[in-house]
Amino acid sequence: MKERLVVIGNGMAGARLVEDVLARGGGRRFDVAMFGEEPYGNYNRILLSSVLARSHDAKDIFINPLSWYEQNRVRLHAGVRVTAIDRQARTITGVSAAAEPYEVIEHYDRLVLATGSVPFVPPMSGLERAEGGYKPGVFVFRTLQDCEAITAYGRRSRVAAVIGGGLLGLEAARGLLEQGLEVHVVHLMPHLMEVQLDAPAGSVLSRTLRELGVHVHLGKSTRAILGEERVSGLQFEDGGTLACDMVVVSAGIRPNAALARKAGLSVERGIVVGDDLASPEDPRVFAVGECAQHRGRVYGLVAPLWEQTQVLADRLTGKNVDARYEGSAVSTKLKVMGVELSVMGEKEAASEADEVATYSDPARGVYKKLIVREGRLAGAILLGDAAVAPSLAQMFDRATRIPGSPAELLFPAAGARAAASAAELPDDAQICNCNGVSKARLVDAVKSGCRSLKSLCDATRAGTGCGSCKPQVQEVLQATAGDSVVADPAAHYYVRGVPMAKPELVAAIRERRLRSVSAVFAQLADGKEDAGSKAGLASLLRTLWGGDYVEERDARFINDRVHANIQRDGTFSVVPRIYGGVTSPAQLRRIADVAEKYDVPMLKITGGQRIDLLGIPKEKLPDVWRDLGIPSGHAYTKASRTCKTCVGTDFCRYGVGDSTALGIAIEKRFQGIESPHKMKLAANGCPRNCAEATTKDLGAVAIEGGRWEIYIGGAAGSRVRKGDVLCVVDTHDDVLRYMGRFMQYYREHAKYLERTYDFVERLGIEKLRAILVDDVEGIAERLDAAIQAAVDAYEDPWLEADRPIHPSQFRSTLMTVEAR
Amino acid sequence: MEATMTRSRTVRLGPVEAIPLGEGRAFVVDGEAVAVFRTRGGGLFATQAFCPHGRGPLADGLVGRGTVLCPLHAFAFDLASGRSLGGSCADLRSYAVSSGANGEIVLQIPAARERTKADNLRQGTAA
Repeated sequence: MKERLVVIGNGMAGARLVEDVLARGGGRRFDVAMFGEEPYGNYNRILLSSVLARSHDAKDIFINPLSWYEQNRVRLHAGVRVTAIDRQARTITGVSAAAEPYEVIEHYDRLVLATGSVPFVPPMSGLERAEGGYKPGVFVFRTLQDCEAITAYGRRSRVAAVIGGGLLGLEAARGLLEQGLEVHVVHLMPHLMEVQLDAPAGSVLSRTLRELGVHVHLGKSTRAILGEERVSGLQFEDGGTLACDMVVVSAGIRPNAALARKAGLSVERGIVVGDDLASPEDPRVFAVGECAQHRGRVYGLVAPLWEQTQVLADRLTGKNVDARYEGSAVSTKLKVMGVELSVMGEKEAASEADEVATYSDPARGVYKKLIVREGRLAGAILLGDAAVAPSLAQMFDRATRIPGSPAELLFPAAGARAAASAAELPDDAQICNCNGVSKARLVDAVKSGCRSLKSLCDATRAGTGCGSCKPQVQEVLQATAGDSVVADPAAHYYVRGVPMAKPELVAAIRERRLRSVSAVFAQLADGKEDAGSKAGLASLLRTLWGGDYVEERDARFINDRVHANIQRDGTFSVVPRIYGGVTSPAQLRRIADVAEKYDVPMLKITGGQRIDLLGIPKEKLPDVWRDLGIPSGHAYTKASRTCKTCVGTDFCRYGVGDSTALGIAIEKRFQGIESPHKMKLAANGCPRNCAEATTKDLGAVAIEGGRWEIYIGGAAGSRVRKGDVLCVVDTHDDVLRYMGRFMQYYREHAKYLERTYDFVERLGIEKLRAILVDDVEGIAERLDAAIQAAVDAYEDPWLEADRPIHPSQFRSTLMTVEAR
Repeated sequence: MEATMTRSRTVRLGPVEAIPLGEGRAFVVDGEAVAVFRTRGGGLFATQAFCPHGRGPLADGLVGRGTVLCPLHAFAFDLASGRSLGGSCADLRSYAVSSGANGEIVLQIPAARERTKADNLRQGTAA
């Protein structure tokens, strides 16, 4: 028999929990029943203010209509108010609000309380009529019904007062303003939105609202609502009055915990739950959403709620019985009366040690503030300009070390596209420049159901080229889907086809001694071979096992099967090794001879200071290599590439270091070393940077005094980033040592296809310096030995010209059969 | 679908082992380029050899779980049906293929005239 799961509350938390349970196959395990006090399916409460402002129609904010419950065999008691929970008998009793009330009783094995919150109405006289109920003209703002009542009354009114200058109050004010009313916001505290904003931000917001036509009254406590039959005004504690026709009370919310309290569950501000989201009194009873209190906190925003329902669904369905909810770091993006606001973490510095950067431009309605603690973002307020919000939110969520000075973070990097404008771009704007995907195409895909970055990219191909537009794709997703965006767990996997982050994957591979790609699929992915994951696994296994790796050539991308770079017509390019870009007449002559002999369609000087022979058919590759007699330049694989150099001290009159000799040594030592993504290298003879070492994955720059700066994490591709200086050293040997150490660490810790510049940013240069230079983890020696082993194991892949690993390795067409 | 209704002929394409395990190779039959894939699970599949989007040589693609990724732009196709996954490229023609008793690749290919008819149908023009 199925277990009985009963959910009290059909709001955003209750309905989302049921969706999450069903998505995990919970329909087979549970018979699901729900109680909802409102007489319909569930809707997006966040959009109520848009309904009030008439920018959305009420029917557009429904998430699940009643038919959804039927289709999913969820028994919804809509319009039924729960009156009692009997934890001994395990029953729920409810009463319908129909004209002839009837009683509903459900039995439960598992009970989830998602009762949300109720509006807080501060004590005031004149609020209610003698016969009960609010005085005509007094409203709270919580449900669709409230919304309809406010709209109807607003049509007959001229002046509206909103009590409460928090987020909800301002949202209500926006709605009323849109309806053409004169709007007054009356707020108890000395500045608006004190929960999210500091005082200066509050005053900038007040100014902006006043310019929009809202009358803002701060530090006002309402003593009474005036009017005999209906609302005629407000009287304040300071004796002043305000004439108005209607008043919306929006002074905050309180967790709706009365039922739980009556049932003997522990309730403080909300229903107390542990990391398992269960009540400490009763392991069969859980709470999620605004009614729940976890580690002393009650969340009123939607993102933490999504996290809670996922954890609870994991536990209930057995998908992950150990799932824990450990609280949410709150970063949120709001729109207050059309003004962009992003807040995250703390709003005030906690001590003198915190660094604070602020920028204020009240005339433009802009206020920005950052709090940095120990190199990490502890809090931010971004009002009126959200351009940097996505990147800051990312740094905040991931607790990454912030690069540069905090003040720089307040403004978009010079040269960066005005990224945050993705949401505001016109529909025909091209977002993905690789695959030509317009914003309209993305918006359509979101509307037709894509809710995660991965599904959106898969559906439209946006972000699947160079990947640099992904942040903008995410923004379009966010702007279009709002809070229904689903995080993609695979974003943290090393490769998509094996559900593990890199550290766990490496541990499992080592522990189970998995030496081939097919063994990894068999043991760690339920035997499901995933084409897109094979190359990443092959690269990792080779890094981990070296000579003990069991090669399966089909796990390699075609380039690495035939050691050449596939071109758009299916032919290949051949780039012979020219160490440091220094060549000789004999070498050039040989390349010229080969180009003539094979009628090479294009001979091209590359950006990496070598020569590319383009348009070679697969079958001809072994012959071309043999005739060249030069080792492979590895221009095709995820490995160290070429080391670009300048002429250094040999000829250049500015050179202060022998960059050509160093560059050749770097390229020789690290040739063909495989890594999660390609590594471009360079060595400069002086800080003029002619070889562009500061924007390479690894670079060495000679400085006066015979020393070398080692740069890591530079980029000059679809992204441009100046590398970070890892350390400054004295000799070529030291350069090789630290470069090798970084390479090995990168090989072991980066996600597949994560370039060094993303890796360095993710970990932070200070951390890398501590590990690689100061050796705080005591692993430097091991890293040096591991990279040395990889260097020693290197063999020129072009030797396969004479010993192919399979008779048809270099063949495209095996047989031609003519028509009879 | 059409293949069952139309005339086809059987072609033997040599030993299965000529295709490295987990990879694909191309064959030309009656002037038509066909990619045959030999999966690690022991299956044989055959599709048209070049993708409709950019003439990518599909036999050079990575194979896994009954799909192939085009080596040029990583569009995915279902090997059995030829269906384009994700819909960014048109579907591929697919063929019935099996390994004969002696370990030979045996391909069923529609007669040339039938292929033209099927192509016209695919492109929505009158046959």
